[in-house]
Amino acid sequence: MIVSTLPNAIAMQTQPILTLEHVGKTYANGTVALKDFNLVVEPGTITSLVGPSGCGKSTVLRIISELGDLTTGRLTWQSSDSHKLAYVFQEAALMPWATVIDNIRLPLKLAGVPKREALELTSEAIAQVGLQGFERVYPRELSGGMQMRASIARALVTRPNVLLMDEPFGALDEMTRGKLNQDLLQLQHQRNLTILFVTHSIYEAVYLAHRVVVMASKPGRVVAEIAIDSPHPREPDYRTSAQFNRYCRDVSHSLSAAMGESLALAL
Amino acid sequence: MLSPALDQPKSQPKWVRSLLSPDVLAPIIVGLVLLAAWELAVRLTDTPHYILPGPILILQTLATDWPTLFPSWFVTMKIAFTALVAATLSGLFVAILFAQSKWIERSFFPYAVLLQTTPIVAVAPLIIIWLRNNTFAALVVCAWIVAFFPIVSNTVLGLNSVDPSLANLFKLNKANRWQTLWHLRLPTSLPYFLAGLRISGGLALIGAVVAEFVAGTGGTQSGLAYQILMAGYNLQIPRMFAALLLITVSGITIFALLSALSNYLLKDWHASAMKHEN
Repeated sequence: MIVSTLPNAIAMQTQPILTLEHVGKTYANGTVALKDFNLVVEPGTITSLVGPSGCGKSTVLRIISELGDLTTGRLTWQSSDSHKLAYVFQEAALMPWATVIDNIRLPLKLAGVPKREALELTSEAIAQVGLQGFERVYPRELSGGMQMRASIARALVTRPNVLLMDEPFGALDEMTRGKLNQDLLQLQHQRNLTILFVTHSIYEAVYLAHRVVVMASKPGRVVAEIAIDSPHPREPDYRTSAQFNRYCRDVSHSLSAAMGESLALAL
Repeated sequence: MLSPALDQPKSQPKWVRSLLSPDVLAPIIVGLVLLAAWELAVRLTDTPHYILPGPILILQTLATDWPTLFPSWFVTMKIAFTALVAATLSGLFVAILFAQSKWIERSFFPYAVLLQTTPIVAVAPLIIIWLRNNTFAALVVCAWIVAFFPIVSNTVLGLNSVDPSLANLFKLNKANRWQTLWHLRLPTSLPYFLAGLRISGGLALIGAVVAEFVAGTGGTQSGLAYQILMAGYNLQIPRMFAALLLITVSGITIFALLSALSNYLLKDWHASAMKHEN
């Protein structure tokens, strides 16, 4: 069952920044991680991939970032220099032996950016995520939320235009999560970032995204694409609005239907 | 139970406080008690000094024979230290080499293990003969053989224990092999390397002493093993014990220094060197 609502009229007029066509991934042991995955990503939008564990959502990010290869299908970028990627993992993955500022500066160091310029860009990124004052602190001394902020700053320091995020706020508490969601929306709006955001939280997916891609597992596939037609960035009371609840319900229904389908496919 | 360290005025420098902490005081107190018991036992049973000398006699002998023992101690320490430095440098080099490719590791690792299982006692005389013009070098080689393996083994493990997310991060940023080695794999391996180094410190000392025992020296460049052998032949048992005491204290000091180095280097980020506050 594929439910496809038309993407918003304005987005149709710009060229997609990234297209995935019939992408599939099968591991050597025969597990089908992803089957016939299609996605068109418009620039400057947030696309949420939501689904249960094993539905292939992280695999999609890995394929897009070239950390993993696809077995079938095609991945097309708008142009080879239209995309500067950055990736935010599920764990903050900071180098424990380096201070916050050295951690954030790492991508620039690896790219050979001169020190003075690198420090400027790093200070900017630190300010963007609100970690001023913590430059000389070691990761072990930071809370989970702050470590994740550092990880995001590290992703932003190379000034990417595409951000891939794999359940970045999954390990955080509700309040920190809410705050970071808001900060992310602000950031996206400021920098006009294209974001692919993987999550297993329906609420987070609907709150953040222009479009929610609902996935199911066994095999990993898309079951629905739902455009979220609410103003972006969100109004302060969006989370309690009727629109928000309706979209959450729609996503939830697609997910349940998909689980039933998976059972049927397995039998 | 409050630790004594908390009762001290904060005006004392940190290292003095750490010396007076329970971690250091407890073994010292136990040691003193055991030494007292030893001295008492020797006196009460009237054991002759050529069977088992008491600790007080040993210390007296150490003082009187210092002019003979100290130069020998210095020679032994020179051999051990040179061997340790050689083992560290060669160990690091080989470990980095092994970490470059699984095939290199698989092909050559068994030969590194071979070094560990070689009995120095059997091999030392041969090495002395092969390097007959340079006894010092021969003894350093023997000590190096025992000290080499822990550093290689531990460091290789460390180089291969990189956090997979960090490995992905470096790959995403298109880091080349050397950048990954320098900025990621080597820092990751530091705790493992230091663990190996601590083990190798003591082994280098043992290697230096055992090699000399088996191969023999003599003359102005003789170490503590020679002193122990000579003291044994001449039934100067208190002197033998004094030499053994020097070796023991040296071994403990080497370990303590290397542990302090490890803690200093890891204090900001590794669980082994950090204070846990719950």
